[in-house]
Amino acid sequence: MAREFETVTVETDLLIIGGGMSACGAAVEAAHWAKLNNLKVTLVDKAAMDRSGAVAMGLSAINQYVDLTGGKNSVKDYVDYVRQDLMGITREDLVANIARHVDSTVHLFEKWGLPIWKDEDGNYVHEGRWQLMINGESYKVIVAEAAKNALKQLGDNGEIIERVFVVEPLMVDGKFAGAVGFSVRDDKFYVFKCKAAIVGMGGAVHVFKPRSTGEGLGRAWYPPWNTGSSTYFTAKAGAELTCQEVRFIPVRFKDGYGPVGAWFLLFKSRATNAMGGEYMVERRDELDNWKPYGTVKPIPANLRNWLGMLDVMEGKGPIFMRTEEAIQKIADAYKDDPKGYKKKMKELEGEAWEDFLDMTISQALLWAGTNTQPEEKSSEIAAAEPYFIGSHSGASGAWVSGPEDIQNDDTKGEYFWGYENMSTVDGIFCAGDASGASSHKFSSGSHAEGRIAAKAAVRYIVDKGADLIDIPADMIEKHRNTLLAPLALYEAESGKSSDPNINPAYMRPKMFMFRLQKIMDEYAAGVSAQFSTNEKCLEKALELLGWLKEDSANLAAEDLHELMRAWENVQRMWQAEVHVRTMLFREETRWPGYYYRADKPKMDQDNWLAFANAKWDPATGEWEMIKRPVKYMF
Amino acid sequence: MPSYVILDKCDGCKALDKTACQYICPNDLMVLNKDLMKAYNCEPELCWECYNCVKICPVQAIEVRGYADFVPMGASVTPMRGSDSIMWTIKFRNGNLKRFKFPIRTTDEGTAVPNGGFNEGDGDLKNTLLFTEPESIRADFFQL
Repeated sequence: MAREFETVTVETDLLIIGGGMSACGAAVEAAHWAKLNNLKVTLVDKAAMDRSGAVAMGLSAINQYVDLTGGKNSVKDYVDYVRQDLMGITREDLVANIARHVDSTVHLFEKWGLPIWKDEDGNYVHEGRWQLMINGESYKVIVAEAAKNALKQLGDNGEIIERVFVVEPLMVDGKFAGAVGFSVRDDKFYVFKCKAAIVGMGGAVHVFKPRSTGEGLGRAWYPPWNTGSSTYFTAKAGAELTCQEVRFIPVRFKDGYGPVGAWFLLFKSRATNAMGGEYMVERRDELDNWKPYGTVKPIPANLRNWLGMLDVMEGKGPIFMRTEEAIQKIADAYKDDPKGYKKKMKELEGEAWEDFLDMTISQALLWAGTNTQPEEKSSEIAAAEPYFIGSHSGASGAWVSGPEDIQNDDTKGEYFWGYENMSTVDGIFCAGDASGASSHKFSSGSHAEGRIAAKAAVRYIVDKGADLIDIPADMIEKHRNTLLAPLALYEAESGKSSDPNINPAYMRPKMFMFRLQKIMDEYAAGVSAQFSTNEKCLEKALELLGWLKEDSANLAAEDLHELMRAWENVQRMWQAEVHVRTMLFREETRWPGYYYRADKPKMDQDNWLAFANAKWDPATGEWEMIKRPVKYMF
Repeated sequence: MPSYVILDKCDGCKALDKTACQYICPNDLMVLNKDLMKAYNCEPELCWECYNCVKICPVQAIEVRGYADFVPMGASVTPMRGSDSIMWTIKFRNGNLKRFKFPIRTTDEGTAVPNGGFNEGDGDLKNTLLFTEPESIRADFFQL
């Protein structure tokens, strides 16, 4: 018997899709401007806002705080830092816009109740130049609470819908008209009609085969529920995407993926190889090959990765974080003051464990399971599998308009088209991991960017003064049938074999995901390929992805949970395809510690100090690759 | 199975319309077996070990057993989350214990005021100032 799905239609002015940091920032900001302009705001979250998105577990630091108040840094300083880390490929206008607003967001966090560490003089405690230490177990809960309270102030004009998975954009005659999705809890198909939307659905994990493939499959560094929804939604709407080759590979404590920042920055720990050599010292000359970025400090994250990877490729692994040595050095410094040493160690021990417990509890469990006392033995660090996270040291996302006032005559024609953070599709705004070429926004900058996008989106709605676009009934019916097709296929076919997992008529989402991960791992510079690829490998990946795409029409789902998994994996597949196409398009190696094009092993400043953009045409189904100039304004 | 439910303790949150763990899991992993009225983690290999189900369970029926493919057996990390702080108990494989207590928020639950007490601003939709700016920046806004 076919399942009966109720169709729920939601009409609103501004639709916020997602519930993480950027979506919460968008909600707080949108509520204010919507109230002044009598508009309705609806936020839709795949999970529960209190603990959704990448900050669901908590964080131990705020990684972007410019501190304009203290006068120590300027917005330009932050832009310089990001440009350097991304090997020159960055949209300075976007980075600057976030940087000038992020302090406001951090000050709001503090007022809402987030404990930010203070020194004896009442100043924030920094982990590094831009990083603040926090007691961040409830970071997301607090930020979500403010967003909810803000929407509540709108009365009937503020709405939050949880556990609804928004999948597809609704495009009517090339115009953005809304979105469709389904409840992961009840048999309900959702149609959202809106005048503008903010895409804040995060980055992507599990596109590549992770290092742990058994039970530890879920222990990715970035959360497994970020599945490429933002990339998929914007691509399907026909929006131009940027930096889709700029994946991120974090080096973290091996397997648990616990943070290393506290050990490097607070404890001044070294990382050494199996022979005791220090790759950051022994391989310094390699940095000359990546001038000008290789020889300016701070050394870009990808180049630090690269020096360690060279050790591993030469058989000099494992790489160890020398925790015991770092602690011994501190002990030596206090050798005449045992009381002071004890106090200092107690303080540092608490900080080190909180660093794990606030954001990567598994790492604490791994240390406990391996009887790891950091003062006694080193712990292994390793490069994780690739992730798509435009908010960190990666850069993937949609190509969006910058602010008008930061442009100069040379940049305005390239980087500005009316509304901050609007994609190349009118009415679709992007923030956080959904917007590209504006790296190093992290949690706080993503929230600030959500706010920027929300004000711009409200201005867009007010300026246009347009009504909701009518969506033809047959279009809705078509989407409904497509989205629910995996359930129908399972229902029709699963009874024909004695084991529903093995059936020639369909694939279940989990095996589909493994097939995708195998392709990406082996041909698109995954862990097994030591992050290395070339033209022929990438072409092979595209061939295999082509068949996978065809087979995605035969995904089957037993229940709503598996239906969510089916569409999550379709999203991952699209993320994979645009990633491969963009790596193929950029004929150089620019971020060797993220991926290495073995057939184009050098950086080519003459031809490729440029953005590699990609656009999928909804009419033809073809991808177009576009080279856009990098223009600086600072 | 990263997070697991202790049968004797779980009461299926019978007083609620859905279980607390189902409500909170960011990856939609927790399911209530309605015959047994016990919750379970339906896809342990996609569990991030975020501990949100552990922290929210009203009867402390959920714990985490480290990923079997790389964590040696015998250790545990157990949180006890209150309204303003969290207490962690770490039990090592060799039996050693560590305990830490950290603050989690400085305000009462539910009281986050969107404007944070800052002046909400001039209400001009056209300029570049966001809600609560410039006061919430506490710096010359156009300092670039």
